[in-house]
Amino acid sequence: MSTALAQPGDTSSLEARAARLKEIAADIRVSIVNTIAGPRMGHIGGDFSVTDILVTLFFDIMRTRPADPEWAERDRFILSKGHCSAALYSVLATAGYFSPDLLSTFMAPLSVLNGHPNRRKVKGVEANTGPLGHGLPIGVGAAIAATISKSDYRTFVVLGDGELQEGSNWEAAMFAGHRKLSNLTAIVDRNRLQQGARTEDTNSLEPLGDKWRAFGWEVHEVDGHDHAALLAAFEAPRIDKPRFLIANTRKGKGVSFIEDRVEWHHKVPSPEQVLQAIEELRAQ
Amino acid sequence: MNDMSAPVTSGIETFDCRVAFAETLAELARVDPRIVVVCNDSVGSSNMNAFQKEFPERLINVGIAEQNMVGVSAGLANGGFVPFVCCAGPFLTGRALEQIKADIAYNHYHVVLCGQSPGMSYGELGPTHHSIEDFAWMRALTDITILNPADPKQTRDAARWAAQANRPIYMRVGRFKVPAVTPEDTVFEPGRALTLREGNDVTVIATGVLVSCALEAADILASRGISARVLNMMTIAPLDEAAVLAAARETRGIVTAEEAIITGGLGSAVAETVVRHHPVRMRILGVPHFAPTGSASFLLDHFGLNADGIVTAATELMA
Ligand SMILES: Cc1ncc(C[n+]2csc(CCOP(=O)(O)OP(=O)(O)O)c2C)c(N)n1
Repeated sequence: MSTALAQPGDTSSLEARAARLKEIAADIRVSIVNTIAGPRMGHIGGDFSVTDILVTLFFDIMRTRPADPEWAERDRFILSKGHCSAALYSVLATAGYFSPDLLSTFMAPLSVLNGHPNRRKVKGVEANTGPLGHGLPIGVGAAIAATISKSDYRTFVVLGDGELQEGSNWEAAMFAGHRKLSNLTAIVDRNRLQQGARTEDTNSLEPLGDKWRAFGWEVHEVDGHDHAALLAAFEAPRIDKPRFLIANTRKGKGVSFIEDRVEWHHKVPSPEQVLQAIEELRAQ
Repeated sequence: MNDMSAPVTSGIETFDCRVAFAETLAELARVDPRIVVVCNDSVGSSNMNAFQKEFPERLINVGIAEQNMVGVSAGLANGGFVPFVCCAGPFLTGRALEQIKADIAYNHYHVVLCGQSPGMSYGELGPTHHSIEDFAWMRALTDITILNPADPKQTRDAARWAAQANRPIYMRVGRFKVPAVTPEDTVFEPGRALTLREGNDVTVIATGVLVSCALEAADILASRGISARVLNMMTIAPLDEAAVLAAARETRGIVTAEEAIITGGLGSAVAETVVRHHPVRMRILGVPHFAPTGSASFLLDHFGLNADGIVTAATELMA
């Protein structure tokens, strides 16, 4: 498996980069299954829907130094939907922030790999998240910090679509638009499911793009499992607005019996299902 | 979550207070058309699926929006309904704290805030998901009655009382499986401590999950010749000051035990009372700081919130 981070100035074609990311994503999904199979806890549905977004950011787009995680010029990444820590931990371990061996301690007593990311314990984690609706305001602050300190790092925040029902996001969206934070990108993992039901049946979000446009954001809509499309959206020329990416995804993407099923928000596969899931992922 | 039975209850039959709560709420709703449930994408996690089926119009799921949830509840109360707000403890008391203060308490609306899966019952999910600050936060507000039932009977009784109490209430709805500690013939009295065991050497004042631990501790202490009084303090606010002061006068010291942050909870309430009227030696058992990762029962043991911890504290007081 190719785990090397993309090198600055990489001149490979978009297709070649996307193909490489696809391979990494398959490995990450297997890692997620193994990570949550141990403690028999986790949020596999949302882990799988967000995997391709995380992989594209960490293994191609973002400027990072896993060996020097506090490097001041690093791009900032905040997983606002913090319940999907297993996906983030798998990505961070694969990217070299810490040893993949650590993943086997997920949620074990006194482990640093808590059920929700903890920046005081885990390298590569920028913010403690878990209560929904916290990531975007922190991201706005990080983006403002970059402008004040004349740094050119970018800030990326991944949100759940159910999470967008929290009002704090809209306060942050309004302010980011007002401040024209062109160094800020928010990505919504638009899998159309939340914990108990479909988002559109619970507290509907549509027309989602129009809402963000009205708040002063540049909006892109992409297939959130298409690495080439994600790369293109992240690399689009910047205008003086924050960028909102609607990444259309499938909750549980990659495993037939999990995909788009609300009950898999935090259900855990049985030992037989673990084997089947890994088999399906390997076949892709 | 894996292991939801309290560490002290091996071998004893235990019960899920959430089930008792959900059944009671449905019973109440059948006879009282004012009762509605308000939740935050938490129908399943609050055991409200059956309620939603039976009363689809009377379950209002606002989505993931807790501040809105509490404000909406205030408006429902204004319109003559009695909202039971069913939400995970941390996202209720913490997330909507100012709405609880200004919209519910200050308006004195009859809203029952039900903190589901309180304390460290979401152990592995970490401190963001632990509701251990709820007593401190709710105690800082005037007008809110704080109930922490210790078993299914108290949960049922508390819900029934809350439905007609005509005031703001916060109650915990436990996720830990707990043994029955309340005698079936006990008459429910909010604001009154229940004496579960008489004793004149030391008093253990416990609440919620810790009540069964206190009873076990009293047995151990008795075998060592120490007579421990055990109070189940189900009502954190208003506190039963008479029971606290009787304990201060009649025994040599008080141990408090709660699944909550030490600052501002039951122990603080008891200490504030005794220091004003009858200072006495105390040990306050609770959670000292953000918890590490681990299951709920692991964390209780980690912080000494079990029978052994209570025995040690009581023995120290007797020295
Ligand atoms: C403030 C807050 N309220 C409720 C929850 C409980 N919760 C955890 S995940 C979740 C659903 C999130 O849905 P979404 O944002 O769409 O995430 P995804 O479907 O991608 O997993 C809920 C309600 C929480 N973590 N924080």
